[in-house]
Amino acid sequence: MQNFMNNLRDAPVSAWIGIAIVVIYAVLAIGAPLFAPFTERASVGVQYHPWSAPHYLGTDALGRDVLSRLIYGARNTVGIALLTTALAFLLGATFGLLAATLGGWFDAIAARVVDVLMAIPPLIFALLILTITGTSVLSLVLVIAVLDSTRVFRLSRAVAQGILTMDYIEVARMRGEGLLWLIRKEVLPNAAAPMIAEFGLRFCFVFLFISALSFLGLGIQPPTADWGGMVRESAKLIGFANFSSWQAATFGLAPLLPAGAIALLTIGVNLIVDWVLHMSSGLKE
Amino acid sequence: MTDLLLDMTDIRIEGRSERRWKPIINGVNLRLNRGEILGLIGESGAGKSTLGLAAMGYTKGGCRISGGSIKFDGQEMVGASHNTLRKLRGARIAYVAQSAAAAFNPAYKLIDQYCEGPVKHGVMGRDEAQRDAVELYRKIRLPNPDQIGFRYPHQVSGGQLQRAMTAMAMSCRPDLIIFDEPTTALDVTTQIEVLAAIRDIVREYNTAAIYITHDLAVVAQMADRIKVLLRGDEVEEAPARQMLSDPQEDYTKSLWAVREFRREAPQAQPEGTGPLVEITDITAAYGPIKVLDKIDLTIPRGSTVAIVGESGSGKSTLARVIMGLLPPSTGQIKFDGTPLPKSSRERTPDLQRHVQMIHQMADTALNPKHRIRETLGRPLEFFLGLKGKAKEDRIRELLTLIELNPDEFIDRLPSELSGGQKQRICIARALAAEPEFIICDEVTSALDQLVAEGILRLLDRLQREMNLTYMFITHDLATVRSIADKVVVMQHGVIVEQGTKDEIFSPPHKPYTELLLSSVPEMDPDWLTDLLQERGDILAAKD
Repeated sequence: MQNFMNNLRDAPVSAWIGIAIVVIYAVLAIGAPLFAPFTERASVGVQYHPWSAPHYLGTDALGRDVLSRLIYGARNTVGIALLTTALAFLLGATFGLLAATLGGWFDAIAARVVDVLMAIPPLIFALLILTITGTSVLSLVLVIAVLDSTRVFRLSRAVAQGILTMDYIEVARMRGEGLLWLIRKEVLPNAAAPMIAEFGLRFCFVFLFISALSFLGLGIQPPTADWGGMVRESAKLIGFANFSSWQAATFGLAPLLPAGAIALLTIGVNLIVDWVLHMSSGLKE
Repeated sequence: MTDLLLDMTDIRIEGRSERRWKPIINGVNLRLNRGEILGLIGESGAGKSTLGLAAMGYTKGGCRISGGSIKFDGQEMVGASHNTLRKLRGARIAYVAQSAAAAFNPAYKLIDQYCEGPVKHGVMGRDEAQRDAVELYRKIRLPNPDQIGFRYPHQVSGGQLQRAMTAMAMSCRPDLIIFDEPTTALDVTTQIEVLAAIRDIVREYNTAAIYITHDLAVVAQMADRIKVLLRGDEVEEAPARQMLSDPQEDYTKSLWAVREFRREAPQAQPEGTGPLVEITDITAAYGPIKVLDKIDLTIPRGSTVAIVGESGSGKSTLARVIMGLLPPSTGQIKFDGTPLPKSSRERTPDLQRHVQMIHQMADTALNPKHRIRETLGRPLEFFLGLKGKAKEDRIRELLTLIELNPDEFIDRLPSELSGGQKQRICIARALAAEPEFIICDEVTSALDQLVAEGILRLLDRLQREMNLTYMFITHDLATVRSIADKVVVMQHGVIVEQGTKDEIFSPPHKPYTELLLSSVPEMDPDWLTDLLQERGDILAAKD
């Protein structure tokens, strides 16, 4: 803990910006009902209300408050992405560490299964499965988690293989330690830094993937607010944008709001990931 | 003075750790004339390498030169522009790293890496550089100099790589070469060849050199002058012969005295107890390659058996076979009269407990994320079932036993320990299992002499107190002289000779033992010259 606080104090400005962005998003997502002036689903005003009180970021085609939908969207999109990434890591890391530690036929079979899964383009694969199973949040989470766990598997297996050549593993094996101890106490703590960095990256990819699926209409379903879906709904407005006055211009900017929210979070997470990677690489400059 | 090449005055270097700049070198002066070899010695952490690198105007990441001046041939290097330094480095000042295997780029042939420097610095064209490389390879006595450059680094041996590295450093005919422990990673027989090659080539081109090492006997062969460093301060400096025969400071004297440690005879064992370990007819292989061939060995209780041989002789494999990590294809190991199952998986924890091993590299043998409490606590819990207060007390006892203060060390991580302290923790971890037999695999070879001696004394004391039996794997014959009762000489997976220490160390020797024994550097500055002369005479007589 002490160590962690020290590292935090040494963090560069970029990491602090990343942390600030992520914290703001987290607070907004968790406290969405408190911060959002309206609900995400109800029509509360006229269509395409310009950016002025009480709808500070205007309303959409159905008269829903865009600011409220953005805040709720953080909760839905980020929440589901987080859940999916966690699941992908649970799955991928468990199998990856097991495969590296056990070796032999388990390693061979697991690695081949993963190769097969990775050979299929993930977006096509997800579209196929989601068309069959229907687009519930549960199936969305499961499909993306399984697809993403293959990348986690590869990383955790490679990292663990490096660690397993160390003498302290040999010492533990000579002592006759069981598999669980080896993985949990000897390998996992040493693999943590690259895995945390990968978690950040994976989270971004999952999040973009969900947004992409929503954009294609197979992700989170309306009327639940999510950023990918919001981009899709308002994308065509760009064509009608009129930049003659400030009030009219806001209309055309509508799709940029959810897209900007996605971009900002991705940048924030990556700033933190860069910092974690830098620490784990041991570079001093 | 006209031939002054390097003049470093009042050098101060700081390193950043825990958010503060801490001094590494506190105002050291260093002067070097053309063609002169200066030996820099000291224990690890003395700042030898840092000072050596500073002679190139370079510091490692996280360090900075905070004061002083470095004049190379009249040119100030502190604060000089990147461009100025780049023109000097490689062309006029070269560096030879400790591990040539890690310093060569594995993706390029040796000769391509040789040519890079001279071509980039515009000293000569590519073809000329290639011809020059072959010429230097010949001078540095690499076998097959016309072709060896066209191999990749992994295709030549460690000693050859180190020589190729030296040739590469010479490629621009620099005025100064910095050798950073170039032979530490090599075994004695190879070390001699490298030392002789380096010495000859440096003399031939009248190159000045800074030779960094912790091995006094090596520095005695190489250096004209010796400078002793301790924790960033200069202890003393004198011409080599004077320094060797008449050191002034207490610290230097203690360094010189290290090689004189001799243990007493082992304790007498009660009647009627057989040998502790009996190894009969062990043959083992990695895949199709046989590494151990019909090994027979008995290890008496309470004694120390040293296994010596150069790298690749099968010493460490023998340890792995005894530990059950590499099941042998034939043969049997008996421990205290009972046959041991071949694989460690088939051995009961109680059987495992009695045989412990201490690794060469304490760095990799300790889990970097485990605090000392956990590292030592786990075997106590695992083998002896100790918990809570009993475990805590025993951890503290163990730390006291290895001469570390429990209050200070129990909560540390391995990264917060020095090399010697790490090795002590490894010893404590082995002792935690309350073993009877400990295999020490090159436990002191990664440590400098003063620290290594402390470890040897500790092991000796523990042996007496707990009636332990050691199998001591080493390539360092000085270590063997200090601690062994019985010596086993191995070469290419077979035992060449075995007997008591006195038998092995007194003539007549078998040829291979003779070669090993005569290759151990001595403190006499004329030793290398005499030895090469002698070997040359023998060869000449044969022809």
